[in-house]
Amino acid sequence: MMEQLPALQVVLPLFSALLCLLIRNKTASRLFAVAVSWGCLAIALILLRTVQETGIISYHFGGWFPPLGIEYRIDLLNAYVLIIVAMISAVVLPFGVGHWGLSIPEGREYLFFCAFLLCISGLLGITITGDAFNVFVFLEITSLSSYALIAMGRNRRALRAAFTYLVMGTVGGTFILIGIGMMYLETGTLNMVDIANRLPLAYGSRTVLVAFAFLTVGVGIKLAVFPLHHWLPNAYSYAPATVSAFLAATATKVSYYVLVRVIFTLFGAAYIFETLRFHVLLIPLSLLAMFIGSTVAIYQTNIKRLLAYSSISQIGYMTLGLSFASINGLTGGLVHLFNHALMKGGLFLVLASVMHSIASNEIDDMRGLGRKMPFTMAAFVLGGLSLIGVPGTVGFISKWYLVVAALEKGWYPIAVLILLSSFLAVIYIWRVVEIFFFREPAAEKSIKEAPLSMLIPTWILIGGTLFFGLQTEWTAGVAGSVANFLLGGLP
Amino acid sequence: MQWLGLWHYWAVIILMMIGLYIVIARDNLVKKVMGLSIFQVSVIMFYVSTGKVEGGTAPIIPEGGHDLVYSNPLPHVLMLTAIVVGISTTALALALIVRIQEAYGTVEDDELNAIDGAAL
Repeated sequence: MMEQLPALQVVLPLFSALLCLLIRNKTASRLFAVAVSWGCLAIALILLRTVQETGIISYHFGGWFPPLGIEYRIDLLNAYVLIIVAMISAVVLPFGVGHWGLSIPEGREYLFFCAFLLCISGLLGITITGDAFNVFVFLEITSLSSYALIAMGRNRRALRAAFTYLVMGTVGGTFILIGIGMMYLETGTLNMVDIANRLPLAYGSRTVLVAFAFLTVGVGIKLAVFPLHHWLPNAYSYAPATVSAFLAATATKVSYYVLVRVIFTLFGAAYIFETLRFHVLLIPLSLLAMFIGSTVAIYQTNIKRLLAYSSISQIGYMTLGLSFASINGLTGGLVHLFNHALMKGGLFLVLASVMHSIASNEIDDMRGLGRKMPFTMAAFVLGGLSLIGVPGTVGFISKWYLVVAALEKGWYPIAVLILLSSFLAVIYIWRVVEIFFFREPAAEKSIKEAPLSMLIPTWILIGGTLFFGLQTEWTAGVAGSVANFLLGGLP
Repeated sequence: MQWLGLWHYWAVIILMMIGLYIVIARDNLVKKVMGLSIFQVSVIMFYVSTGKVEGGTAPIIPEGGHDLVYSNPLPHVLMLTAIVVGISTTALALALIVRIQEAYGTVEDDELNAIDGAAL
């Protein structure tokens, strides 16, 4: 049983998704999905523990040995990302009994849980697999199910957002497929470890260069790296509230993981940063993302859209951390994966509660809401403080590592820019907090505090941003050893 | 013909660019999906063509014969999955278009923009 856990991590949600179709009952399928997501979290926790104790786990599918067979290879990096995905899904799925804000006919809710579980299994699959082609397959499972999830939004624009995401996502996925094909041409293998061993022999070849270009652009579309982020604001704004919370906290994180894998495991940091000088491209793009994302966020009138643009700027911090190619920089980027999942997940859940109470996410309609829903809006304030990076919250930890990394390299202007961009976050967060707490409510409607089934998941995530802001051993500690492991070859 | 290099790559590139151009330049959503399909098919052809080994035959060991040259079957097998992915994507995209047609009454991108813009 224990040695089959890596397979179960993916197989469990995958088959449960199909079982959901058979259950059909709304409550039963929901409880079932929640139970499965908790099971996934338990497996992910056991896997992390095992990796920490005994080192890399290599699971051979069907007993076929790699490189011929498909290998699931779990090191600290994937174990860490598995936890993020499993944790967020385990918190988001139980959220708000029955209040999902979906445009699904009565009695068809089980389809939502089916798509949700498929999405989870795809994300876990991308993370856990050690086979390059497998990454593409799981990526498409994730993408297809997330297009369906986004299209379930109440606003008809959700359909157009899903279609745009579908077109861009497919182009991105196909680019990744081309990249994998070219790596296969050069190395004759699809196993990631095998590719990593054989690629150095082909470094001079243009095929490898083109493969890297296709992979980065493809992953960049999925990750919404600055100029490729076109699909993200609409998709997050019009998706059902809980879906936004889930996707914002996991989908881009897994894409970031793929980028880290491609750069540090497949091609090797030395080749990417010393020969190709990839950071010369990535650092300006990250900085642009940080500033343009935050600046556009300031002018939004819809709060979900505001958070979507803020996500673009936060992705900028992550890619910036990666492009330092130093232990502290990569630690900052990786720890921000976890931290950003906590705070954006929590913030989007707050908006889901608001949507439930006042049926709107327009900032104007939320005037004075802090008095009517004190617990919900307090969670928003804490999440917002964390986005800014106030000491005591997780946002501070990530930015600390990034600034330290910038100073280490002697890139003082970048350190200053990181701090300056935080001020933009202060502006867009303070602007809405002021409206929530210091404006008179629009009309005397009877607005009640969100039910406990919504408050508890929200506060688990927001409480996490405070807890891990003070207790950094588990997050920054693990991220630090991952960074050490990935940069083993570099000083 | 030497300057062409491996000519099948050119065929793939031309097909790919046709597909990508349709996705970008056409306003009709159905045509966009067609472009997307052409784009995906070009990659499938790219993979399949890389499996070709000169003088190679189908990778089945005939009775008694072992010293034959075989084509590489792996890219072909991989593309079975990619074809399934492509079909699912097309099906989902068409389903979305049906719902867009129901919700908006049009599938032309510029008209959709006009409707959404007016509703703002």
